[in-house]
Amino acid sequence: MLAFIARRLLQSVIVMLVVAFIAFLVFRYVGDPLAALLSQDAKQADYDAARERLGLDQPFYVQFFYFVANALQGQFGISYRLQQPVSQLILERLPATIELAFASSIIALVGGVLLGIYTALRQRAVSTGIIMTMSLIGVSLPTFLIGIGLIYVFAVELKWLPSFGRGEVVQIGWWRTGLLTQSGLRSLILPAITLSLFQLTLIMRLVRAEMLEVMRTDYIRFARARGLSKRAINFGHALKNTMVPVITITGLQLGSVIAFAIITETVFQWPGVGSLFVNSVAAVDVPVMAAYLVFVALVFVVINLIVDILYFIVDPRLRVGAKTGR
Amino acid sequence: MTEPVLSIKDLVVEFPFRDDVFRAVDGVSFDIMPGEVVGVVGESGAGKSMTGSAVIGLIERPGHIAGGEIRLKGMRIDNLSEEQKAKLRGKRIGMVFQDPLTSLNPLYTVGKQLVETIRTHLPLNEAEARQKAIDLLTEAGIPKAAERIDSYPHQFSGGMRQRVVIALAIAAGPELIIADEPTSALDVSVQAQIIKVLKKLCASHGAAVMLITHDMGVIAQTADRMVVMHHGKVVETGTVGDIIRRPREPYTVKLIESIPTIVRQEGAAVPSVAANDDKAYVQVKALVRDFEIGGGSFAKLLPGKVEMFRAVNEVSFTINKGETFGLVGESGSGKSTCAKMIVGLVRPSSGHILVDGHDIWAGGKGHQERRKRVQMIFQDPYASLNPRWRVKDIIAEPMRTLDIARNRTEVDQRVAELLTKVRLDPSVMRKFPHEFSGGQRQRIAIARALSSQPEFIVCDEPTSALDVSVQAQVLELMQALQEEFGLTYLLISHNLAVVRQMSNAVGVLHNGVLVEKGPTDQIFDNPQADYTRMLLDAVPDISKVA
Amino acid sequence: MTDVPQSPDTPVLAAKSSRWKNFVQSDIVWSYRHSPITIVASVVAALLILMAIFAPWLAPYNPFNPATLNLMDGFTPPNSTSMSGKYFTLGTDSQGRDMLSTIMYGSRVSLFVGVMATLFAMVMGVGLGLVSGYVGGVVDAIIMRVADVQLSFPAILIALLIFGVARGIIPPNQQEGTAVWVLIVAIGLANWAQFARTVRGATMVERQKDYVAAARILGVNPIIILLRHVLPNVMGPVLVIGTIGLALAIIEEATLSYLGVGVPPTQPSLGTLIRIGQQFLFSGEWWILLFPAATLILLALSVNLLGDWLRDALNPKLR
Repeated sequence: MLAFIARRLLQSVIVMLVVAFIAFLVFRYVGDPLAALLSQDAKQADYDAARERLGLDQPFYVQFFYFVANALQGQFGISYRLQQPVSQLILERLPATIELAFASSIIALVGGVLLGIYTALRQRAVSTGIIMTMSLIGVSLPTFLIGIGLIYVFAVELKWLPSFGRGEVVQIGWWRTGLLTQSGLRSLILPAITLSLFQLTLIMRLVRAEMLEVMRTDYIRFARARGLSKRAINFGHALKNTMVPVITITGLQLGSVIAFAIITETVFQWPGVGSLFVNSVAAVDVPVMAAYLVFVALVFVVINLIVDILYFIVDPRLRVGAKTGR
Repeated sequence: MTEPVLSIKDLVVEFPFRDDVFRAVDGVSFDIMPGEVVGVVGESGAGKSMTGSAVIGLIERPGHIAGGEIRLKGMRIDNLSEEQKAKLRGKRIGMVFQDPLTSLNPLYTVGKQLVETIRTHLPLNEAEARQKAIDLLTEAGIPKAAERIDSYPHQFSGGMRQRVVIALAIAAGPELIIADEPTSALDVSVQAQIIKVLKKLCASHGAAVMLITHDMGVIAQTADRMVVMHHGKVVETGTVGDIIRRPREPYTVKLIESIPTIVRQEGAAVPSVAANDDKAYVQVKALVRDFEIGGGSFAKLLPGKVEMFRAVNEVSFTINKGETFGLVGESGSGKSTCAKMIVGLVRPSSGHILVDGHDIWAGGKGHQERRKRVQMIFQDPYASLNPRWRVKDIIAEPMRTLDIARNRTEVDQRVAELLTKVRLDPSVMRKFPHEFSGGQRQRIAIARALSSQPEFIVCDEPTSALDVSVQAQVLELMQALQEEFGLTYLLISHNLAVVRQMSNAVGVLHNGVLVEKGPTDQIFDNPQADYTRMLLDAVPDISKVA
Repeated sequence: MTDVPQSPDTPVLAAKSSRWKNFVQSDIVWSYRHSPITIVASVVAALLILMAIFAPWLAPYNPFNPATLNLMDGFTPPNSTSMSGKYFTLGTDSQGRDMLSTIMYGSRVSLFVGVMATLFAMVMGVGLGLVSGYVGGVVDAIIMRVADVQLSFPAILIALLIFGVARGIIPPNQQEGTAVWVLIVAIGLANWAQFARTVRGATMVERQKDYVAAARILGVNPIIILLRHVLPNVMGPVLVIGTIGLALAIIEEATLSYLGVGVPPTQPSLGTLIRIGQQFLFSGEWWILLFPAATLILLALSVNLLGDWLRDALNPKLR
């Protein structure tokens, strides 16, 4: 078990280093950092001084080393566009994104798993047909259109919910939360639903497909031949075997919610990390782009690791080291 | 007169298929008496498994029972509701499937699955059920059952797993056990034991057995009566002795005749005369193949010891020109690896292979010589032909690759010749593989092998995937071709009867080591090695049927 | 499949089986004819594609010629005439551009980017997948690791990143001309991994099969084995992913254009049009948003339905 974790940790570190390398390349070689920092009529001497001060005349690997060292301390330089330290910008906006991601993930997970099981067990019901059709439409609708549609219905026509922003926030230490105010919660509803729909559809289809696959296996057939009750078969055997591969893929999907938030945040003008990133791409604000890349990679790697460990715990075949029996 | 446990009358099972209907079972009738073992025999597609599924009520959609009736101890069961049928399963009818690996849920321990089944049908508490489970496992021949009950399925070997499966099926004390090919997925040496376990457990728990299989040998040793099925219909029924010695229907006659035995038959290959090894056409010298295990590709890049597994361990033998050498062994013995090395697919870790004096692994020239002389016929006729290619292109590929025929007319002509040689009409060359049966595909594969005009053909289980009645035809074709073209064969098989029939000399492979080799008669009639003796003993002998 | 046993001595009388007849009688065509939704979807998709391709000839007005635009035509509701007397089927936007024409041209851009990006992803993904599955070993491990990591990132993010980097590298005066191609490469690079993964899996399965072994014994060149033996047998899943991938690519492009980082404003795609239309949502000119949105939905939905049907039709287990 320990060897397994150690191996996965090592792989994670390698992935992070590779991503850091790419981020560094982006950071250093895309656009000209000096041009962004100095004013138009700076003289050559100013350029040289700035170059030396920023360490841009050092050899490549030294610069990379400093980049990684700084990154580990949370230092990513200064945003070209907003003239503030990047790490500060990200930290400011992180709580908004995390709350949104969290809310939508719960909706997606609970809804997806329940609907997936239902449509797998009640294959021929009319309601299943309707749900499957809706899911297909859901996959064909771009997230931003769903958001716009929801805004139109609930904010413009019905005027039940706000159409942009985060509502009032309460500051707890460094974290600004919108969960403790009524306006904050109301503002969260539409964006959370929008963000969750794509994930929900995917999870539902996945759970359904896996469950149908499991129901076709020999061991389920044998279980039926042994006279086990339907409940025992569906929920005791089939469900457990279904969840094993579902865990992996679901875990990875949930990680990507952080990134999908980009679109939702733009539609609803939600002040999170995602909208920060979009604006930085439009303005070619390189430090923010590079920092966001590293940040997202970190989230993914951590989630990957957790999923792998979960998988390890659930599937006994991985634990005991399967022998090829004869 | 006692009432039969199972009574099937005029059973019809249909599968609606596009605009048509396919009758898998077409008017089948037979009875099973209490405590009897009835074998249901036939080739694949005969409808025997479907009959079993119909009895226990587990036919896969869209198949369904379209006619006839099934009675369990006089009570009609085919028209019951799904819930009522579910109550019968396990309690009154049990079933054993073919593949023990996929029959057990990999995520639960064996004990949990047993206890669950026991408690579903019997009013026992957890501790009592567990004890009963341990007793069942011991009865099924699992050593140290009390400890192993908490192991997972993948921690057992195939034979052990099947014992667990049998224990599970009989746990609630059903009156009838349906065993659908219970030993086909197991090794030969284990098959006999499992059949004994099945028979013993059923006898001691008072269950009748419906034994579905294509393996006549198993039936001969185990069953009291036999039902022969073909194309969904019952061809003949009777006691096993009667049918084997006095088959009446023409299909039954053909079936019985095509069972290979390890007693020397007429027309079998003449045992080889010990030849001068250095002049032999094919010489295999100290062949070794090691595999690295574990880790994955990244592990190889890291320093440290990598574990090696020796699949082939210093194997040496020779084959005279125009003769057949049979390489015998069970799965995992290394015979496939040997074949792959001889044919050029896998590089030997050490050792030499000489064909007609040329070392076939000696650089580019070695490969050239090998390509011209060596060919292969594979086991699975469904995987050995590219499903997207026409038969003509499949057969023509070797001659095109080796530049034997250049223009289209020549190619067409040669392909037509080859097809005729394997007794297929030349016009089939325009068709695709899926339009043919297994036996026909194997003949196409033989035509392909001949297309490069080889002198030496490696045949890897050429008939194992075919039905018994077709096996004889293909083997006979191979012998005829050998005579006509002076071919040398390396025949790889686990089927001793086939090897006996076809080979001049035999080698016995066990865990990568060639334990014995020599002329056929010597090995079969006077085996020296313990392992060889064990293998020969495990083959069921039809002639011993009382 | 019903297996008809033949005695070896009766020659099999063969009728000439043509590829066409095989196809028409095949399961695929049968399931197509029996699925009304799929037929409708394919018709809709075909119509939209034709409309997009022939936009320059079919569109009643040219919406991008400043000379023909008249601000007085602006904000005309659908199915009515404007203040200058021209008829607009679907109304006009704030600048006086005909909505029907802008949708046609917009679909053209959306489809162009979508198709090209999918082709790019397909070629790259299938190529790498074939190599990875056939060669195995370290090469396979590296390619698959990269694909795995990439698959866990959403495509939008990757496309955004690539686009942003390209923006930083390409000098400003060339940005407009190359924007479409950068977009195609960005979306293509974001989507190749799915092809590669699937093809690699299928290749590994086929590689074990004996017909590949037979070709290897003959010494056939591995590249020829991959292209002539393996590839035809893995095309099925590729087509399914290609179709669904096309729908995804169209949506991705629309999203990027909506976010403002897609096609340049001079060549608006459906996404750009939606972005513009959203501004007028609250003020009542709903048609400026609705029609481009509806077209996008129809396009993506019909392609997705086709892909879904294709997946079921080609799945041997469901036959």
